[in-house]
Amino acid sequence: MRASLPGDHHGHMIQVEHLTKRYGPTVAVSDVSFEVQKGEVLGFLGPNGAGKTTTMRVITGYLPPTEGKVSVAGFDVLESPIEAKRRTGYLPENPPVYPDMTVSEYLGFVARIKAVPRAEVKKRVEEVSEKCAVTDVRGRQIGKLSKGYRQRVGLAQALIHNPEVLVLDEPTAGLDPKQIIETRELIKNLAGQHTVVLSTHILPEVSKTCQRVVVINRGQVVAVGTPDDLTHHLQGYETVVVTAEGPAAEMIDKLQRVEGVNLVEPRDAAGERLTIELHAERGKDVRPEVARAVVEAGWKLYEIKTTGLSLEEIFLQLTTKDLGEAN
Amino acid sequence: MRNILAIAGKELRAYFHSPIAYVVMTIWAALTGFAFYLHLMVYSEEMFYMQGRGGMGAPPINLNDVIIRPMLEGFLLIVLLFLTPVITMRLFAEEKRSGSIELLLTSPVTDLEIILGKYLGALTLLVSLMVLTFVYVGLLFLYGNPDAKPVIAGALGMLLFGAALLSIGMWISTFSKNQIIAGAVTLAVLLLMYILVWLRGVATGPVGQFIAGLSLGIHIESFAKGVIDVGDLLYYVSVIFLGIFLTARSVDALKGRP
Ligand SMILES: Nc1ncnc2c1ncn2[C@@H]1O[C@H](COP(=O)(O)OP(=O)(O)OP(=O)(O)O)[C@@H](O)[C@H]1O
Ligand SMILES: [Mg+2]
Repeated sequence: MRASLPGDHHGHMIQVEHLTKRYGPTVAVSDVSFEVQKGEVLGFLGPNGAGKTTTMRVITGYLPPTEGKVSVAGFDVLESPIEAKRRTGYLPENPPVYPDMTVSEYLGFVARIKAVPRAEVKKRVEEVSEKCAVTDVRGRQIGKLSKGYRQRVGLAQALIHNPEVLVLDEPTAGLDPKQIIETRELIKNLAGQHTVVLSTHILPEVSKTCQRVVVINRGQVVAVGTPDDLTHHLQGYETVVVTAEGPAAEMIDKLQRVEGVNLVEPRDAAGERLTIELHAERGKDVRPEVARAVVEAGWKLYEIKTTGLSLEEIFLQLTTKDLGEAN
Repeated sequence: MRNILAIAGKELRAYFHSPIAYVVMTIWAALTGFAFYLHLMVYSEEMFYMQGRGGMGAPPINLNDVIIRPMLEGFLLIVLLFLTPVITMRLFAEEKRSGSIELLLTSPVTDLEIILGKYLGALTLLVSLMVLTFVYVGLLFLYGNPDAKPVIAGALGMLLFGAALLSIGMWISTFSKNQIIAGAVTLAVLLLMYILVWLRGVATGPVGQFIAGLSLGIHIESFAKGVIDVGDLLYYVSVIFLGIFLTARSVDALKGRP
């Protein structure tokens, strides 16, 4: 089996081609295609009901595709399910644990059904427990652990057979901020040794952990790229936000005339103090000129900063645009 | 095979780390023990009565006829009908409810390995029940000398009967996330399949007799008499295979319907 591998998947660890998945009349995923390079961390981003879980379930072999082809490490998930599953670690939305087992018992059981050689089971259990920081609770019943620990046990379970591909469905859902940061660190450390696909609807998550993002909405891919790509691609201008104190009309008028500024929009006013948003030509930093204009007029300048379109805004743009089209 | 054993071990662990195994074993031991005691009382009463008449003339009472056979034919089977749903109801329902079915179905094991592993786990619990019963039967061998052949045939029959019930129960447990519902439906189906035997007396046509012949209870009669009938043996083996086959179909359809 191994011999057929090289060249088989052109460095693509996961390949999803024209995947469509229907549940009866409901189309959950429609003609989705993307691939994931070896060692890459891909973010799968979309609002609730977008089809993230469905896509991941097809990749992991839990659900058969209605149409299209999905392969993992060169193995088609329908034709060679066992080979594909051997190379895949999966953390579902809810960690698939047995509450009455202890952490060690559970990881030992998972190791056995994931084809870890008998002699290595104990060692692997220790390794992943260490990696996912569950060593100190290894003798405890999983049902009695906190949500954060249970999530980490779920992650340890996904890693137990050292799979080439890791599929993580909302790995930070329900964790506290400290645990979220730890989990993201852990995932980042996994990159390189493993190919990772993680889903989320929390935007900062992708910019923090992923090299590439697939944005999906209503079962369709609406954008693919690096988090930076997405910001630039969508935004035709630079945004500068100025906070200053002075007469509003005059200030807007004056800023309008600064070279490179196309649009001036007051955003907020607190007494005399205004917050104004400027759209400037792309690639041009208008901040020094803007600052000079404000100071020369004798107004008080409190803050001046550039803001890219936040991922939230991009996301909204992408998904609402799509909604508009769909209706 | 390794996967089957790993899953069977997990199931057994679940039975013995929860009250299920102990409750089932206690009920079984108590009910069968009491029934055994009552039969024994009746037996000694009759013995006493016959000895009082000088023990001559009447045929000697056979331990098999008086104790083992009545128990195999009726009461033990009824107790099994009630206890096996308790054993099987959690098999798939619980995994569906907790979502752990997703772990099993995304692991490099086949559906059949999962099913056989679970079945083997349940079967092992059933065998432990049988072992309990044979403590009582062992007593008979200590104090009397029953014929060994009917005892062995009876044990085999009871095991096959129980194994068939488990197979059907496992199948039904794939349909619900709710263990109680799975258990209740299983009990209803098993009882129905058991009482089909009543048709034998009322049904006149060949169809009625055929349906009566499908009854779970009819086919154990030969075993209880100490005969291993190939047809009856095949009946139970077929029901076991049918249950496993239907479970496989159902698990396949389960994918995507968590
Ligand atoms: N088993 C199912 N049967 C019928 N419809 C389903 C099933 N599972 C999902 N769906 C539908 O498919 C669509 C996609 O669901 P999916 O769970 O993949 O979304 P998601 O992106 O993971 O959402 P979330 O962020 O809420 O987890 C939804 O409209 C959902 O209602
Ligand atoms: Mg989801």
